[in-house]
Amino acid sequence: MVRFVLTRIATAIPTLFLVSIAVFALMRMIPGDPAALMLGDLAQPGQLEALRHEMGLDRPIALQYLYWLGDVLSGDFGQSISTRQPVLPLMLERFSVSATIVVVAVFFATLIAVPAGMFAAWRQNRAGDIAVIATSTLLLSIPSFWLGLMLLLIFGLQLGWLPVVGYVPFSRDFGSALLFIILPVVTLVLVESGSITRMARASTIEVARLEYITHARAKGLPESTVMWRHAFKNAFAPTMTLIGLVLGSLLANIAVIEMVFTIPGLGRLLVDGIYARDYPIVQGCMLFTAFLYVLVNLLVDLLYPLLDPRVTA
Amino acid sequence: MIARALGIPAMRFNGLIGITVVGLLLLVAIFGPWLAPYDPLKLDLLARLKGPSAAHLLGADEFGRDMLSRLMYGARTSAWIAFATVLFAIVFGTFFGILAGFLRGWTDRLLMMVNDALLAFPGLLLALGFMAVFGASRNGIIIALGIAYMPVAVRVVRGTVLSIREREYVEASRVMGNSGIVTMLRHVLPNCLAPIMVLATTMFGWVVLSESALSFLGLGVPPPAPSWGNMLSTGRPYINQAPHIIILPGLCISITLLGVNLLGDAVRDWLDPKMQD
Repeated sequence: MVRFVLTRIATAIPTLFLVSIAVFALMRMIPGDPAALMLGDLAQPGQLEALRHEMGLDRPIALQYLYWLGDVLSGDFGQSISTRQPVLPLMLERFSVSATIVVVAVFFATLIAVPAGMFAAWRQNRAGDIAVIATSTLLLSIPSFWLGLMLLLIFGLQLGWLPVVGYVPFSRDFGSALLFIILPVVTLVLVESGSITRMARASTIEVARLEYITHARAKGLPESTVMWRHAFKNAFAPTMTLIGLVLGSLLANIAVIEMVFTIPGLGRLLVDGIYARDYPIVQGCMLFTAFLYVLVNLLVDLLYPLLDPRVTA
Repeated sequence: MIARALGIPAMRFNGLIGITVVGLLLLVAIFGPWLAPYDPLKLDLLARLKGPSAAHLLGADEFGRDMLSRLMYGARTSAWIAFATVLFAIVFGTFFGILAGFLRGWTDRLLMMVNDALLAFPGLLLALGFMAVFGASRNGIIIALGIAYMPVAVRVVRGTVLSIREREYVEASRVMGNSGIVTMLRHVLPNCLAPIMVLATTMFGWVVLSESALSFLGLGVPPPAPSWGNMLSTGRPYINQAPHIIILPGLCISITLLGVNLLGDAVRDWLDPKMQD
């Protein structure tokens, strides 16, 4: 078990390393000199050279990467070109906003989608199954940002039940914070339930064909015991991998939802950084999000043996 | 249930819907310029934000441009970008996948290292990074999304190649003295086609969605050229006054995705019976 955990962690390190190279290389492909961008049009002739030297841009590219990596590992992600704020605290603040919405949404999506998928598998090819499949295929086909706009139009503008745009931190006012995140969370729950339901259904059907399920039924156990005690654990393992992927990719995809509801999250920070050509922000957000994605997937892998002890062997 | 009433198996019925929707999309995409009642960029300020009427069947947008014409040109944009992106991802993905799977050794290790690094980025993130490099443009999206989705193709093709390279007919081709390239093209590539087709159909849907998301974020197709995503983005401030300019483009994206998803399931069941639930 310890060996499994250590091996799995060890394999994530080269991935993280490669991700950092990819982000660094990508940022260097952006046309224009970052130092010139920082100075703007009013730079004096000597100033550019001085800043290039200060930023290390006159060093060989491999050395620049190593210096940058060293800084990042010590928590220094540089500072924003437009606001001069340090990038890391800014990202962490925005991340707490995105993470709240994403985690709550994925939690509820799982709570709804896994039982729905198992129910569909149990009623395979009957009316209940067809209804679940049809709904999840439909949900899978609706873009989250459009669904968000539609919910905003109906519940925010037409009915006036919920606030339309903005965000209040939970630490300031719990009640109104809750009101503000209802629409974005509901949007994500609906959209993400589609794929999770389909996965839960497919893996339950796979497991239900196995002999130990037939055996459990033959013992005369009630269907609910067969499903929850015997089928669930094995069927949930592959679904959990998908949930990890959904959780990780939502941290990037949430940019569109944050755009719809004007939420100051990490995705917005990245997109605004791209508009403003604020490359330390873009670089920081990309690295941060990709690292989180790798870590979430690592965590899911580490949780796997709890459901299926065979993987540690 | 309708399917059962008509006596068609449900899967084939879904596939039929899928192919109809995708077929319609392609027809509109190809013949849009002849079918559209107006120039999609023509302003008619008197019709601004007006709902459906005889002159403008689906109403007009915030500049009085005809919605129907813009949606038709939007279909053209989406279909072209999705087609070009999938082609890009599949062609390069297949090339690198076969190379890695067939040559093995260092080529494989190096290619897979780069591939895994790209796969370590979630969904839109890599595409967003490339859009920062290329700037918002049509070709920018094709390359950005193409590179972002290529690693999936590399993985699928390499996996298939690894499973067939040890088969007897590949061995036989080598024993007969055929060169590596001939063996790859004549015997390995044709056997990769089924999984590639399944992936290409699924990928078409991903690209339609991602392109509309990028355009919605203002990092995709630049206005005034119509794309469903940028219509949602520029129309957003008028959502309460003229809901139709927001409802219609989203409906187009959803129907397209539904069609592609149904078609994808059908293609998968048809080409790969093992994967059937």
